[in-house]
Amino acid sequence: MSGSRNAKQIIKNIIFRILLGVVLLFYMFPLLWMVISSFKTQADNMSVPPVIIFQPTVQNYINVISDNPFLQYTFNSFYVAIFATGLALVFGLPVAYYIARFKCKKLAIAILLSRMMPGISYLVPWFILFSRLRLVGTYTGLIFTHLTVTLPLVIWIMIGFFEDIPKSYEEAAFLDGASDLTCFFRIMLPLVKPGLVSSGILTFIQSWNTFMYSVVMANHNTQTLPVAVFNFLSYGGIDWGGLTAAATLITLPVLVLALLIQRHLVSGLTFGGIKG
Amino acid sequence: MIFLLFMLVFPIIYTVWLSFHRWFASSIKEPQFVGLFNYITALSDKRFLLGILRMLYYTGGSVIIETILGLIVALLLNKEFRGRGLIRTLILLPMVATPVAISLVWLMLYDPACGVFGWFLQQIGLPSIEWVNDPKFVIPSLILVDVWMWTPLIALIGLAGLSSLPKDPYESAKIDGANSWQVFWFITLPLLRPTLMVALLFRTIDALKWFDTIWVITKGGPGFSSETLNIYIYKTAFEYLNMGYSSALLVMFFSIILAISLMLTKARRKQW
Repeated sequence: MSGSRNAKQIIKNIIFRILLGVVLLFYMFPLLWMVISSFKTQADNMSVPPVIIFQPTVQNYINVISDNPFLQYTFNSFYVAIFATGLALVFGLPVAYYIARFKCKKLAIAILLSRMMPGISYLVPWFILFSRLRLVGTYTGLIFTHLTVTLPLVIWIMIGFFEDIPKSYEEAAFLDGASDLTCFFRIMLPLVKPGLVSSGILTFIQSWNTFMYSVVMANHNTQTLPVAVFNFLSYGGIDWGGLTAAATLITLPVLVLALLIQRHLVSGLTFGGIKG
Repeated sequence: MIFLLFMLVFPIIYTVWLSFHRWFASSIKEPQFVGLFNYITALSDKRFLLGILRMLYYTGGSVIIETILGLIVALLLNKEFRGRGLIRTLILLPMVATPVAISLVWLMLYDPACGVFGWFLQQIGLPSIEWVNDPKFVIPSLILVDVWMWTPLIALIGLAGLSSLPKDPYESAKIDGANSWQVFWFITLPLLRPTLMVALLFRTIDALKWFDTIWVITKGGPGFSSETLNIYIYKTAFEYLNMGYSSALLVMFFSIILAISLMLTKARRKQW
């Protein structure tokens, strides 16, 4: 009896391990393949069956960086993402605080609705307005359109953090004669610091990854990395090594940042729908 | 606050206004009022109607597969084992990786000449398919990419839900001699339902308006066979520069998203 039970347990365990392995393989394979291919020559990348053992080369990386203004694109991406994140925090924090403290449901729903709006419905009006103002292709235009993604995100995440702070803190501050502003800057902001960091990083990632807004709003000088890499595609024959090298370079910063805030990532991505 | 309202409200009003006008961004003429003309045109526009169907196909396929797989992965990861934390961290990566970069990798995997997937199918004796170059397989192939990117989200949400479930029902079920399938079907699933529905709602909204991977991998092709509504509107606005018509399409697109989300929210409240 106990023997067969044991055997059953072992089989169950093995099935469990196999399933885990399959899951892991499925999720890691494309990322691994990206990194592996970026170290292969074009001939190795084109060969069928795929070669597993090969002479690694960094030529692809050298080509990507020297043949294109890749550093310029990287700078663009950082510049836009930093401003889109910074401004979102500046404008978003007071709003989030206001919604959390005064239970302003209507405004909260408005922000949720903005999450449901298709991105293009922002893009069309802004594009028309910005082309009249001759701002298409400038950093200002780019940052502004990125704000439509980052601002609601910051607000929504931060509402949760502000709500977690007991009201007594503010009441004590008011009793001591602090004004609204002092209370907000000296008491509340330090208390939500962890939230600030993770929502900041998450919005940075979102802005970094944003493609559709950038492809419309940027010109060839201000294009961000995703747009630049997308444009590599259309240069006739596809150089897989170069493409995957560029893809690796883009993805790397994001993956590192994501690992830093992994605890808050899920709740951030569902727009605070779930507190993980 | 004013800035925020301006940013969120102005586009909506302007889009609705423009949807009653005929205007190309390339022309110097001012928008010309045409009443409901754009909307009437849309109703007999095959690309628009097929775009809706493709969007529903893509969304339905992705969300259903992601929910089922996500639940399975969540149950797997809910067990105690060595390296659990590591796996949980690793499966976070697909959903934050830059979609454009990821699309390129999948494009390579799907490549008919040197793609790994085609080669793999041949090795196990299946006929090789053309993946994203075949009108029949293009949407399923795109769904696979979506599944890769977003199943982890549902899995991690499910995992958070699983760890907060009460212990009592499980103990009484054990005493009653329920087998593990019954436990799952009659206890875990109903308890997990609210959490799963939230995840499902967000995934549905996002899948309906998904753009990046579809645009990079196929641009709606071959032909129009993967042209979802979102892609069609993008082309109308920024390739044909037909701003009036695209605004009308946008108004309808947003109404569809709103209607589907309301339906899902209602379904979530029911039976509880």
